Amino acid sequence: MEKMLRGVGVSHGVAIGQVRHMGTAVLEPTANQVPAEEAGREQARAQQAVDAVAADLIARGNLAGGEAQAVLEAQALMAQDPELAADVARRIAVGSSAERAVYDAFAAYRALLASAGEYLAGRVADLDDVRNRIVARLMGVPMPGVPDSDEPYVLLARDLAPADTALLDPALVLGFVTEEGGPTSHSAILARAMGVPAVVALPGATELAEGTTVAVDGSSGEVLVEPSAERQEELRRVAAERKAALAASSGPGRTSDGHLVPLLANVGGPGDVTAAVAAGAEGVGLFRTEFLFLDDSAQAPSEDTQTAAYRQVLGAFPEGRVVVRVLDAGADKPLAFLSPADEPNPALGVRGLRTLLDHPEVLATQLRALARAAEGLPVHLEVMAPMVADRADARAFADACREAGLHAKFGAMVEIPSAALRARSILAEVEFLSLGTNDLAQYTFAADRQVGALARLQDPWQPALLDLVAAAAQAAREAGKGCGVCGEAASDPLLACVLTGLGVTSLSMGSASIPYVRGALARFTLDQCRRAAEAARAADSAEGARAAAQQVLSGE
Amino acid sequence: MAERRVTIGWPEGLHARPASVFVRAAAAVGVPVTIAKAGGAPVNAASMLGLLALGAEGGEEVVLSCDAPGADAALERLAKLVEQGLDELPVA
Repeated sequence: MEKMLRGVGVSHGVAIGQVRHMGTAVLEPTANQVPAEEAGREQARAQQAVDAVAADLIARGNLAGGEAQAVLEAQALMAQDPELAADVARRIAVGSSAERAVYDAFAAYRALLASAGEYLAGRVADLDDVRNRIVARLMGVPMPGVPDSDEPYVLLARDLAPADTALLDPALVLGFVTEEGGPTSHSAILARAMGVPAVVALPGATELAEGTTVAVDGSSGEVLVEPSAERQEELRRVAAERKAALAASSGPGRTSDGHLVPLLANVGGPGDVTAAVAAGAEGVGLFRTEFLFLDDSAQAPSEDTQTAAYRQVLGAFPEGRVVVRVLDAGADKPLAFLSPADEPNPALGVRGLRTLLDHPEVLATQLRALARAAEGLPVHLEVMAPMVADRADARAFADACREAGLHAKFGAMVEIPSAALRARSILAEVEFLSLGTNDLAQYTFAADRQVGALARLQDPWQPALLDLVAAAAQAAREAGKGCGVCGEAASDPLLACVLTGLGVTSLSMGSASIPYVRGALARFTLDQCRRAAEAARAADSAEGARAAAQQVLSGE
Repeated sequence: MAERRVTIGWPEGLHARPASVFVRAAAAVGVPVTIAKAGGAPVNAASMLGLLALGAEGGEEVVLSCDAPGADAALERLAKLVEQGLDELPVA
């Protein structure tokens, strides 16, 4: 029976497929006593679950072949271990449930293997995986972690953390639906980076049964449950038409009257460059450099390692602009060797540039690596610091850049309201501004980006946020300098027009959004964008601002 | 109680693939067999987890034991498998 759910669309496109849950349950069954007369039934359940898991592991092994098959077969033998089975039976006989008996029986072996040297400690992960499979099956819940599927699926989760998503196979994920999160949550950012449709903040999303077919429209935020075959066909056709129209658009970002607004890509590492080039990005507006630092939380990567990685990205945009953000550690991206461990409120603590000023050697190494990476390349290198609060911050960063001998433009990110309000004084030290609208919204509204219940306040259409963007853009215009947006706000085609109207000079976004934004900008004049921006700022709510801008642009 | 002392012929020891081969073979002989390191406590030879915990290396000596009827034939086949580091249980 077809049913429609509505959330917030955060990544364009349509995906149709079966849902798979991202398991988050901690698989520790309760230790309730089971009545003696049910012991027989529990024994049978345990046996059935063990056999099913073993059969599944063997089937997977046959598909995988090679080294993976050997590991999966060994796991099947662990599941069917006769000593383990005897232990499970003993525990059930004295009143344990099947799931608790399995859990406890595995725990005994786990301790034995974990203490028995390096090789066996490595097998503990295999053992835990087998235990989770059996216990999850008995409890009727999904396995913890990334769904175990060989078929493409729509990923369903409460919300996604960076660690979860690192394990996702992009070839298998058709789209995302999450119950929590907002337009700036990791789920949304990841979906845009992967170029798959996503709907977030959908109440009741996690109650959809595993395997339910859904159609996800990442533009409208609609999720159709069990759509009919005709409906699926129609959605696919519409999506294909939309895609074809977008593919036909190309060239630099500009309004219909020729006002240029460079469309740049947000990239998280050399791996994102191909998609950026394919989407027609005119450069990179936000090159996040954290990826280099996440492999080893004990120390910074060497200057040589950094140089090589930066050069891969700088080399991909000859004649183009690449804006590199220096390491933004802390808050939701803590690094053990840099971030204080015991801050009461990390988002308001030592993070971003504050961390780097406390560790000048880390900043100096990164800046030297960037200088070396750009040597001999025709690229326009720009380097910016995250979390600049005031002029002193901006000066300290500019000084560090000069000391490192960096031939580049130095800029400041505007993520703290103080930086937007006093943009003019910051521009006395640096050559450009870049608005990070995600953090700017978080700090303007005192609303944590990760808290789905506050999505209303993280909405980039909030007029207060638009006011801050306008203030920063005006200060930049008066100083004859650039002011870009590299937050997720730039990926909303309608909002991109409003930002242009506010005076923003470049827009940087996940590559997949570039064609949509290019298409929207090309339909309106700069003057129309300005009027839409005025109308949006005159509203008193995010919805009001969106509706007002929409009315201006569709009425003309 | 029938016993066989054998030297492990698999260079990687009773880990990884050889462990799976051995466990399946021990289950296939149809009588309960135990395996122990010299002087150590015996574990069920058909138990993957017991075998992993035993941690027997290539070239190490282990003792296979069985006291069920037909023990000699079963031990003979298992001993050959282990000593020669075969891929499957020999017929006799």
